[in-house]
Amino acid sequence: MRTLKYLIEKEFKQIWRNPIIPKMILGYPVMVLLIFPWAINFEVKNIHINIVDQNKSSYSQRLINKIDASAYFIVNDVTTSYESSLQDMESGKCDIILEIPSSFDESLVKEKNANISIVANALNTTQGLLGNNYLTEIITDFSSDLRFEINPFLITQKAHNLEIVPRYRYNETLDYKVFMLPAFIVLMITLICGILPSLNVVLEKEIGTIHQINTTPVSKFNFILAKVIPYWIIGLIILTISIFITWILFGLFPSGSIIALYIASVIFILGISALGIVISNYSDTMQQSMFLVMFFILIIILLSGMFTPVSSMPVWAKVIAYVNPLTHFIEIMRLIYLKANSFTDLLRPMGVLALFALAFNGWAVLSYKKSS
Amino acid sequence: MKQFIAFVKKEFYHISRDRRTMLILLGMPVVQILIFGFAINMEVQNIRIAIFEPQADVYTQDIKARVEASPYFILKDAPHSIQEVDERLRKGEIDIALIFPNNFHDDLIHSGTSQAQIITDSSDPNIGTISTNYLRAIIGKQQMEWMSLQQIPYQINVTSKLHYNPEMKSAYTFVPGIMGLVLMIICAIMTSISIVREKEKGTMEVLLASPIKSTTILISKTIPYLALSIVNLATILLLSVYVLKVPIVGSLFLLIFVSILFIFLSLSLGLLISTLVQTQEVAIIISGIGLMMPVLILSGMIFPISNMPVVLQWLSALVPARWFIEAVKKIMIQGLGFASVIKEVSILIGMISVIVLLSIKKIKTRLE
Repeated sequence: MRTLKYLIEKEFKQIWRNPIIPKMILGYPVMVLLIFPWAINFEVKNIHINIVDQNKSSYSQRLINKIDASAYFIVNDVTTSYESSLQDMESGKCDIILEIPSSFDESLVKEKNANISIVANALNTTQGLLGNNYLTEIITDFSSDLRFEINPFLITQKAHNLEIVPRYRYNETLDYKVFMLPAFIVLMITLICGILPSLNVVLEKEIGTIHQINTTPVSKFNFILAKVIPYWIIGLIILTISIFITWILFGLFPSGSIIALYIASVIFILGISALGIVISNYSDTMQQSMFLVMFFILIIILLSGMFTPVSSMPVWAKVIAYVNPLTHFIEIMRLIYLKANSFTDLLRPMGVLALFALAFNGWAVLSYKKSS
Repeated sequence: MKQFIAFVKKEFYHISRDRRTMLILLGMPVVQILIFGFAINMEVQNIRIAIFEPQADVYTQDIKARVEASPYFILKDAPHSIQEVDERLRKGEIDIALIFPNNFHDDLIHSGTSQAQIITDSSDPNIGTISTNYLRAIIGKQQMEWMSLQQIPYQINVTSKLHYNPEMKSAYTFVPGIMGLVLMIICAIMTSISIVREKEKGTMEVLLASPIKSTTILISKTIPYLALSIVNLATILLLSVYVLKVPIVGSLFLLIFVSILFIFLSLSLGLLISTLVQTQEVAIIISGIGLMMPVLILSGMIFPISNMPVVLQWLSALVPARWFIEAVKKIMIQGLGFASVIKEVSILIGMISVIVLLSIKKIKTRLE
């Protein structure tokens, strides 16, 4: 026990004397939480639209006004030339083109239905699809406006007017920041508590101090524990700072059990730091361990459902996502932050995290060799 | 010149003897392309839905059948009460619920109007709105069918065309981004670490004491990584064309030109970092943690820049990967010519000159 205490003291002294790590523990959460949440936004607004109006009737003018009034669209240009609009799309000046054919008003009045076409830039898939949907919605709205003017009773008499009331739960304002903030906290903890320990053991190897440790009676278990515990504390400090920043800046506070949140973090950090140590044990140079850890961290970040839904992944990726501790930690954070889940609701993901922590700490102890 | 070649050879030996790093360097782009191409999907699918119908009737059955037939939704067991719906939403067992009122059918027939409720788990607003829209579209279609017997005037038929990416493949959006990320990581991190390691080990003193010029030493350090990056570039392009089926619409020559420009930029950024720091650990933290996050988030790779607040848009203008990704999108996917990427190319060249000037200045002060 005494040995462990001294070892931990040594690790802490090393960390505090490092020129960059202490600054990073405070500065990184501030920087990340101050800047990045604003950048993350899938909400599609300010769609620049070009309208090719070959009809130039009162009907087409009304439709243009309606689009102009919508919060989603900014009318970039109203022309008669499809080619010039296509050029605008190529140069990025407009995202979507609406083409109103010359017979629009005539067929609308005479044949009771008219055609219209939309060309959306789907270079960014979400943006293209949503822009297309919004525009279709406006056009449908426009046609029911016309119908209503002709005969206000037509709709209620003849059509089955089914009104749909959407209710959004857990994030009523549909704010993407609220969804991403818990994930950002997880991302920071993963990067710092995963990358730093992976550099640690290998640093002792490169400097040569590992031989001194190896000749002492310090057990493998104590050595690894002393390596993991400082990062564990650093991780919890980062977590606490982040909780305060998100609370003060964004007014977001865990609506569920905060104790469960800390318990989950304690287990997760133990596991992810051990992963770093395992990589460090197998590497001879910092370069090697750096690339190994980057490689794994990038994979677990991308396959964790942090940015994209796990439910739309193919089966093999889902399997990876389910054994990925990050998936479960993010799930826990979001359930606690947004859905007020309690400790008992979270037993299953907690169990997975605990298994992961146990496995990797065991591996870290076993893979560390005192004899070279 | 002979000295220079000897130095480049030395660097190649350094890299080729470290088999594990080589393997990761060459394997990383492959794995990333495969993950991004096949696993990362912005499309919303497999939405778990529960339908609550206190009184099942013909109309609710019609809608239910349509939902079940939709490829987007997975119909879960019908809940017995509204409370159960809430509970299952909270626990994350379902993503969306459709709630019919009592007397749904009768209201619709007699008064011609009725109300149904959609309750969505919008923790993820993106998925929340998209799945709500899907469900509304399904119900809307059913409504159209009910009305189809009646003559409804003023119908406008909309035909939509999705330009540049008609199949809505996420890979089209991601491939340029991965090129930026991989090239940035490999060039900037590798060069910065390899120089700082020589400093840390003390071998840099030996090199500087040799008759060769310090700039030549630095340039010879970058050549092997330039070669590695070109191999990676080729892998990425081959994989994306033949495995992900993302075509190169524009000029291949232009694409390679822009990529090599970006590789130069990343290499010089690595050089700059290496002249500023003294230990490998700090170099790794700056180039790894400090560069990866901005490239992932501010480059427009995943999140559209036009949605960001103005201040962040300026900030993203400082991220070199942003300009590279924009240029690649224009050339590779939109198939535009050189004239349309002049802006991006000149910004990249401008950045290179600033960074190279800065690092040359730094080397001199270090020599004093």
